[in-house]
Amino acid sequence: MNIFVDATREALRLLFSGDAYVWGILRISFYVAISGIILGGALGLPLGVWLGVARFRGRSFLVALVNTGFALPPVVVGLIVYILLSNTGPAGSLHLLFTPAAMIIAQTILAAPYVAGIALAAVQAVPRDVRLQARALGASSARALYMHLREARVGLAAALIAGFGAIFSEVGAVMMVGGNIEHETRVLTTAIVLETRQGNYALAMAFGIVLLVIAFAVNAWLTHVQQAQPAVRTDRSWS
Amino acid sequence: MNAMAPLVRVSSLKKRYGERTVVDIDSLDVAPGEVLAILGPNGAGKSTLFRLLLLLEQPDAGTIEFAGDSNPAQRIAGVFQAPFLFTGTVRYNIEVGLRARGVDGAERTRRVGEALDLLSLANLADADVRALSGGEAQRVALARALAVRPELLVLDEPTSSLDVTLRTRFREDLVRLLRTQVRSAVLITHDAADAYAVADRVAVMQDGRIVQVGTPEDIVLAPATPFVAAFTGADLFLHGTVSAADEQLITVRLSDGVSILATAGADARERLRPGAAAQVAYRPEDVVIAPGSGAGESSAQNRFQLLVASIAPSGALVRVKLEGEIGLVALVTRQGAESLRLEPGLAVVAQLKAAAVRAFPTG
Repeated sequence: MNIFVDATREALRLLFSGDAYVWGILRISFYVAISGIILGGALGLPLGVWLGVARFRGRSFLVALVNTGFALPPVVVGLIVYILLSNTGPAGSLHLLFTPAAMIIAQTILAAPYVAGIALAAVQAVPRDVRLQARALGASSARALYMHLREARVGLAAALIAGFGAIFSEVGAVMMVGGNIEHETRVLTTAIVLETRQGNYALAMAFGIVLLVIAFAVNAWLTHVQQAQPAVRTDRSWS
Repeated sequence: MNAMAPLVRVSSLKKRYGERTVVDIDSLDVAPGEVLAILGPNGAGKSTLFRLLLLLEQPDAGTIEFAGDSNPAQRIAGVFQAPFLFTGTVRYNIEVGLRARGVDGAERTRRVGEALDLLSLANLADADVRALSGGEAQRVALARALAVRPELLVLDEPTSSLDVTLRTRFREDLVRLLRTQVRSAVLITHDAADAYAVADRVAVMQDGRIVQVGTPEDIVLAPATPFVAAFTGADLFLHGTVSAADEQLITVRLSDGVSILATAGADARERLRPGAAAQVAYRPEDVVIAPGSGAGESSAQNRFQLLVASIAPSGALVRVKLEGEIGLVALVTRQGAESLRLEPGLAVVAQLKAAAVRAFPTG
């Protein structure tokens, strides 16, 4: 039990003493995950919205593909990005391997289908009639789509928040393509792996607690957003 | 009214879903200033016609033309059967159509205020739509459509999701507003009472086709087909053979030997020659019951000596089953039933004007 108490104490000390090593890792962690969710969202949101709204042949296949992306193993993504960016790979000349950019690329690939899948569900949960009703009041197709997305906005925000939570706590891909280099590519998750291997359990636990607190904060925010306004007002029957 | 160029002209309109043709209308006009009801049962294609009129769906064939060709989508507005209120306040919902049409600033504020007042919603302007009752929500849906001042307002079953008290109030609002706030309106409904209360003309729709267009009076007094008669309340049909026919009246000998005088539309009269199989329809509320010995003057041309077989309450009225030379059903008020001291076995005279009996050819 003692180790948990020590670890908690150590975690609080490290955080509040402004320890450069810890804050450096936090800074890189946020930089990589926020960049990953911005780029993953930029790809995933439009994809999810498109799949949620459009009807075309082959749509089911694409939806299945997006849903598979949910279960994309991070190490496999890490492996593919590694091969692409390695010296012998097609993008080797960019020399991005073991840089934050490589980690951002991997996390973008992980986040995009995650965001797309949740956004798709959110858009589909709004009755299709919404766009027809907007158009029946004179809205253009584009404006009617905006009205539809406005109704799905809580679900769309949830997609981004959940995507951020997922990539922030991911370890496999960032470890492979980032290399866990101190002050460069070391993030919370990879730092935990390293410190545990080196027997610095208290420090590893401190990082673990920070990660937990952040995960909790993200989920609390998500819950708040969802509770403040139900994602969807399903077709009410007025009786 | 019909002499004026129509605001909307529907020609040879067809819409199919797969193999099924759901709308098949040769021609239908909406005149400026007119309220037209499209009356029909579920599955007649009314909601598809609603979406076609609002240009939300493309027809497979035919056209819907609006007088003057400038951007018809901006000149119409629709109220859906189950209105979806956009997340936000009542005011936001009323602004939706105005924003879409680029009405800004003071003009938008003024029009929203007007729409709120028209439907007595001013005290709910800043209420969250999730807090509204069904009747209030339906009024918001109507207010947001009126706020854009459409030349043509199309309403799909606007009272069907309301309970009886709310329906009466909403119908009154509708009559007042359609007369004062819009140029023309199309009301789509399965409820004949809605159609009669609100419309100048009624188009009866069956299996995607318009089977009769006329004033509410035309539809009630001169239904063109047995379907129209049945759908507008004449649910009682008697079968027989035409024994005589002249310019005005058709005499139909019923299977039990008794004859009944009826009227018929011009098309039907062509086929209702002596010997032709026919059915006659009447409305139970048109049957007048008098005490048994009553032989006084009456304009009723059908008189039958009958016995009361049974009496059963039917809503606010009493349904009286009569037997004898002919079996009839009458609907009378409770007061009427009491003053006649109706009871099973009582002898009565049942009178039914020939004009209230409609003959149709069968087969």
